[in-house]
Amino acid sequence: MTETKVKENEIVVPGEEIVSGMGYLPAYGTYRDGEMIRANKLGIVHVDGRAIKLVPLSGNYLPKRGDVMIGKVIDVTYSGWIVDTNSAYRAMLGLKEATSDFIRKGADLTKYFNFGDYLVAKILNVTSQNLIDLTMDGPGLRKLDTGRIIRVNPNKVPRIIGKEGSMVSMIKAETNCRITVGQNGVIWVSGNPKEELIAVSMIRKIERESHISGLTERIKAEIENAKKGESQ
Amino acid sequence: MSDNHILKNLESGTRFDGRKLLEYRKIEIKFDVSVNAEGAARVILGDTEVLAGVKVEMGTPYPDIPEEGVLMVGAELLPMSNPDFESGPPSIHAIELARVVDRGIRESKCVDFKKLCITPNEKVWTVCLDLVPVNDDGDLLDAFGLAGLAALKTMKFPKVDGDKIDYHEKTSAGIELRNLPIPVTVCKIDKYFIVDPSNEEEPAIEARLTVTSLEDGSLCALQKGGDKPLTSEDISTMVDIAIEKGKELRRVFESATKHR
Amino acid sequence: MTSSKRLDGRGFEETREIEAKIGIVKRADGSAMFRMGKTVAYAAVYGPRDLYPKFLQNPEKGIMRCNYNMMPFSGQGERVRPGPSRRSREIGMVTEKALSSVVNLDEFKNAVVDVFIEFPQTDAGSRCTGICAAALALADAGITMKDLVAAVAVGKVGDRLAVDLSYEEEALKDPDTTDIPMAFVPSTGEIVLLQMDGIISKDELMEAIELGKNACKKLNEIQVAALKKKFEVDKNE
Repeated sequence: MTETKVKENEIVVPGEEIVSGMGYLPAYGTYRDGEMIRANKLGIVHVDGRAIKLVPLSGNYLPKRGDVMIGKVIDVTYSGWIVDTNSAYRAMLGLKEATSDFIRKGADLTKYFNFGDYLVAKILNVTSQNLIDLTMDGPGLRKLDTGRIIRVNPNKVPRIIGKEGSMVSMIKAETNCRITVGQNGVIWVSGNPKEELIAVSMIRKIERESHISGLTERIKAEIENAKKGESQ
Repeated sequence: MSDNHILKNLESGTRFDGRKLLEYRKIEIKFDVSVNAEGAARVILGDTEVLAGVKVEMGTPYPDIPEEGVLMVGAELLPMSNPDFESGPPSIHAIELARVVDRGIRESKCVDFKKLCITPNEKVWTVCLDLVPVNDDGDLLDAFGLAGLAALKTMKFPKVDGDKIDYHEKTSAGIELRNLPIPVTVCKIDKYFIVDPSNEEEPAIEARLTVTSLEDGSLCALQKGGDKPLTSEDISTMVDIAIEKGKELRRVFESATKHR
Repeated sequence: MTSSKRLDGRGFEETREIEAKIGIVKRADGSAMFRMGKTVAYAAVYGPRDLYPKFLQNPEKGIMRCNYNMMPFSGQGERVRPGPSRRSREIGMVTEKALSSVVNLDEFKNAVVDVFIEFPQTDAGSRCTGICAAALALADAGITMKDLVAAVAVGKVGDRLAVDLSYEEEALKDPDTTDIPMAFVPSTGEIVLLQMDGIISKDELMEAIELGKNACKKLNEIQVAALKKKFEVDKNE
């Protein structure tokens, strides 16, 4: 007889009992301890059929194949660039994946991407040893020009982007800022100073309140207020 | 890229967090740090949080100043406060911070070292002021300057029984600060001057000048930092800013330490 | 000496006043403050992150490093000289062993999770307070861990066992107090830290362990409440 101890959408902590009974399956963020399914992360419970999983509330970025992320060039080698991914693991961008130009052997690679440049790149592959390969070949992938870089909790990225991009599109439209959100929690914002500030504070607000419903309406109202305040 | 981008903000008179160029973040000074210290204070400057603590020992005076006590100022940049700080002996940044704060206190003569003498030529108080950050979001030096003064101002000497110190019993006697030397770090980005840089702004800073000033506008410590040079006009402007801001910070300090 | 009360009037199974708060170091990936009586521990976690020098990297599993440090103005008597001592290095090691038994190190091969435990104020039981804080900081950082860890020092004061020794109790002589710091995994009752300063019989030890386990259950409740409170506060902003 399965007896649910914890309801869906509740916040649980490592070791906490979620539900007892063999009818459920422990999925991401949970594990089975005899009859009991327990949390092994700090997160929100999500029941998906018979699977119990957690939506984590924190945790550093774990690179995944297919993710579009924003990385910073931290080294230039003879065969490519080494990119910081805002995670425990660095990534490699090889010559072939960086540009369709023909690059001569021994050419100065910093002409393409230099130390400190921020790139929007896609993760081609992550090996079992967490070696990461990037590509710049794809829509929207590019070197970023002038703007502001902020780092957010990568677990909040889905909320910041919104369903089919609705949240970030709304912020872009309301603040006239260009915004690119990396799956690794690195975000680029570019606009004029006052509106940039509004965009950034909205992103931070979503980061803080992501687990509360009704967020989209609240953010929209906040932006209206902020813009009114600016024009006074 | 952020380095150039910040210029757009500075041109329009604001910074990344909406502050004006010469605006400090919110400052709080608290005294909830350590009941075991002879004196201790916490300064919260925006998201930067630092602690200062005073411990005293009895020792022999330096032979050339036999009737004066001793002050030592140390800083340790704890790795807990910033992912770029490493464990180990004090880095050159920690040493610089401690020495600049020390010079402000020493050269201003805010502490009367003669009052730290117990028995001339034999026994004096050694006052150890230790500064540590809990969270580093920029401008540690100015935060340490305030925290150090707050800890010194509110410290109380422990009871002494002959040669033994009873740290559990505090007397009502402390160090009366004769003035308040306030360090203000003024930073130059392109042709703009800002104070109280946050972490996000630090990489854009080209040169900085820390000026420790007193109520009457006299200067008791100077430290230029950063890779780029400063003109004498720059220095003149920065000193004026530091004196002005010093007055502001002194008001905040005085109201926070009023009843202590 | 048989006493019916402790020096500070507490019951023999009673801990000191406990306080816990999450997120005290904004730059850290996870952080927490834990207080037991007058002992206050701050813990900050950074990681998983890149590990240098490279030769320290382990391709088979991640590494956790724990650093225990008392601030110079934290101690009851003289100033504490800054820098690692043999004592602080040993405590760092046993803390790391206690915490790694619940943390899934496989999830961050070649990388490191750094735990920094700092004390602004101490009054005995610092390593236990530090472990309680560190467990919270790891959870706050989103590290995968099968449970939190709670720790307490049980001692023999005079001829009675007492939970959560204060500095005064630890310092008693004739007979000297026996100090037994211990840490548990709350869901299983397994012991992940056990040390001792003093002399006791085996029966007393087993009894002390039971007392410690119960005390740690209560500490764990406070840990759990603190983690959840962090998100409740955000809700009401």
